[in-house]
Amino acid sequence: MIDVENLSVSFGQGPARTQVVKSVSFSVGKGETLGIVGESGCGKSTVLRSLAGLDRHWEGSIRLAGEAVDPDRRREQLLLAQMVFQDPYGSIHPRHRIQRVLAEPIRAMNKGPGWDRVGPALRQVGLPETFADRFPHQLSGGQRQRVAIARALMLEPDILLLDEPTSALDVSVQAEVLNLLCDLRDERNLTYVLVSHDLSVIAHMCDRVLVMQRGTFVDELTRDDLQRGVTHHAYSQMLFEEAVNGLRDVHEVAPVLN
Amino acid sequence: MPVDQPILEIRDLSVRFGRAKIPAVNSVSLTVGAERVGIVGESGSGKSTLGRAVMRLLPPAARIEAATMNFEGAPLLTRSEKAMRGLRGNRMALIMQDPRYSLNPVLTVGKQVAEAATLHQKISRKDAYALAADMLGRVRIADVERTMALYPHQISGGMGQRVMIAMMLLSKPRLVIADEPTSALDVSVRGDVLRLLDELVRENNSALLLISHDIRMVATFCERVLVMYQGRVVETLTKLEDAKHPYTRGLIAAMPDPKHPVSRLQVLDRQAINQAGSTL
Amino acid sequence: MSAGDILAPPPSAQGPASRFAGSLRTFVVKLADEPLGMFGFAVLLFLVIVAILAPWIAPYSATSQNLAQALQPPSAAHWAGTDEFGRDILSRLIYGTRITIQTVLAVSLIIGPIGLLIGIVAGFVGGRTDAILMRATDVVLSFPSLILALAFAAALGAGLNTAIIAISLTGWPPIARLARAETLIVRNTDYVAAARLYGASRTRLLLLYIAPMCIPSVVVRLTLSMAGIILTAAALGFLGLGAQPPAPEWGAMISNGRKFMLDNWWVAVMPGLAILITSLAFNLVGDTLRDILDPRHAR
Repeated sequence: MIDVENLSVSFGQGPARTQVVKSVSFSVGKGETLGIVGESGCGKSTVLRSLAGLDRHWEGSIRLAGEAVDPDRRREQLLLAQMVFQDPYGSIHPRHRIQRVLAEPIRAMNKGPGWDRVGPALRQVGLPETFADRFPHQLSGGQRQRVAIARALMLEPDILLLDEPTSALDVSVQAEVLNLLCDLRDERNLTYVLVSHDLSVIAHMCDRVLVMQRGTFVDELTRDDLQRGVTHHAYSQMLFEEAVNGLRDVHEVAPVLN
Repeated sequence: MPVDQPILEIRDLSVRFGRAKIPAVNSVSLTVGAERVGIVGESGSGKSTLGRAVMRLLPPAARIEAATMNFEGAPLLTRSEKAMRGLRGNRMALIMQDPRYSLNPVLTVGKQVAEAATLHQKISRKDAYALAADMLGRVRIADVERTMALYPHQISGGMGQRVMIAMMLLSKPRLVIADEPTSALDVSVRGDVLRLLDELVRENNSALLLISHDIRMVATFCERVLVMYQGRVVETLTKLEDAKHPYTRGLIAAMPDPKHPVSRLQVLDRQAINQAGSTL
Repeated sequence: MSAGDILAPPPSAQGPASRFAGSLRTFVVKLADEPLGMFGFAVLLFLVIVAILAPWIAPYSATSQNLAQALQPPSAAHWAGTDEFGRDILSRLIYGTRITIQTVLAVSLIIGPIGLLIGIVAGFVGGRTDAILMRATDVVLSFPSLILALAFAAALGAGLNTAIIAISLTGWPPIARLARAETLIVRNTDYVAAARLYGASRTRLLLLYIAPMCIPSVVVRLTLSMAGIILTAAALGFLGLGAQPPAPEWGAMISNGRKFMLDNWWVAVMPGLAILITSLAFNLVGDTLRDILDPRHAR
């Protein structure tokens, strides 16, 4: 579904030029969920934004559904992959009602008015249809993220790119959103690329995890590896322990947990 | 650890904002000695408001009521703003999510730490600088000389928290309130910052209130954990396994655990929680 | 609220009329918390009503002279006194509101859209377009507006329309700068990124996503600059380059009254008060609008 070869991304000019992503290659099969984990600045979001078509500075080759895409996407290529952003407060137009938020993708693509699609889209993400009339600020963070997911699915892409979709949410709401994402994936046979700094979220969602550090992948873990706690790199080991224990040995006195 | 004289003693603290009917913090009682106490809850549970109420850092629209709110045996609520300013950053300190907002943006890191040194001890500028360098070294900042010449926006979040802790090593506060001190930090430095905080409070025999949304992290770090829900403390735990309240249990179950994967995560049943109330 | 709501009425149980009533109600409720803003709005409303009803409420004609009644102090017959030609000052002030409101409306209808358009295009397109537009703005901004208006009025001949054009010429740069700054913020938000991803065209982004976000602050800025517009218009009138006699322009009235300042204070003071109250009202309304429309200034 996704084939990436030698993807490099650099920002800046001349001596200030820094390479954020250093020639990475990976592929994701149809219906598979790939996780990319790493800390801020490691380049994981840049990879995702290049896949989505938001960053245009990349070199290498990206193929979505077998079709090579250019840094400047054509409209048909945009239909292949849509993205869900981290901050549900910033990713929805604050002055549009929910029905307009959801109809906009259809309208922008000149596929008709789109109003008739709003109701089913809301139901599909578990929100009542009466929400169509509301403004985003009248919704909670979790509800907004559901709207953002519904919007990303309006154009019926095969690939959904998830950029820290739950890190701005409370743990309890995070569980609801992750469940929703799992249900949608099973229903529609979607392919996900999930980027997060939280390995426990990644491990819950993904079939395969790439650990990213300073612009390159340092480790690749399968679902099986994660369950058995197997890692192949010191850095992924650290991430893993943090995810399991909440913390590494902070103090020597017997911790409450364990 | 001995809990002879409590450092912070709160009885029935309530905070209301403006004309809101529901209080943001609803009759919370809590006694903290020289120990580490965690406060856990979701956003809007009132955990941050509680921390700020103790520091008296809430906006004027907030009305604070409490039967008692004593810090080191003396009431806090009747203190003048001037007296509070004397306490803040001195006897009690607040660490926020992003340290770069707590530091003065136009002064270099070294100047600020040195200033903290002159504020608490009568020493010359040169000695203050030496002392500041010493403290920054103690919070394991590698290149002290270089770091001291940097401005707050030039340092990373983890570094900023270290600088905040270094300043506290000088003022030796009795009470440290840390509001999500690690949630803006990368995983690899979280542990270091918490470890430093731990050393700090142990050394000064002071109290730490750790406010966070991450129940597992708090439980690992603190001796006691207070779980807040809708402004109330619904449960006080020493061990996560003892959790009885449906909210706490739901919170723990909602967290994905790589070692015990489930196909669906548990979702909070808010109705059951509201029925259970805070009777447990 | 936004342009988009008008462009595409979505099907819903709730009609747009009741929606509008709803937003109006929240607006009034918020306004009730701001007594000073309420006062400003009341004054402006009063001025508009006075301007509309001028022929019916003015006790005398604004232009007909009655030399027998010249320079009468304020009395029951002439509440604000009379000027050197025996014209009732109150009536002239009442008719003068028409000129003032006309000026203010015309100027803001010119500089609002122009400033907004230049600002959002510069901010959104960026690069060379941005540089050219913003340097042009800087150049205009560096002209003292009164002097430019003077030159303009001298070239085109004095008159109300010239004054309006002259004031507008120097009025748009602050709006353009503000709109550009807002655009730079909005341009990088996630919802604009999402819109790019679902294929929204540049025009669509500009008109439906960016412009509506800039309008509130532009409106606030316009309201606040209205006081300045009134003062500039009055200054032009005072210098004899605005509305021409016998039109009852407030600035021109002060200019006339100047000669009698010491013995007949009311001739200059009454229009001065009118200018003061009107610009004060605009400033109060502007401040209140900023508090209500712009969440960043929320208390």
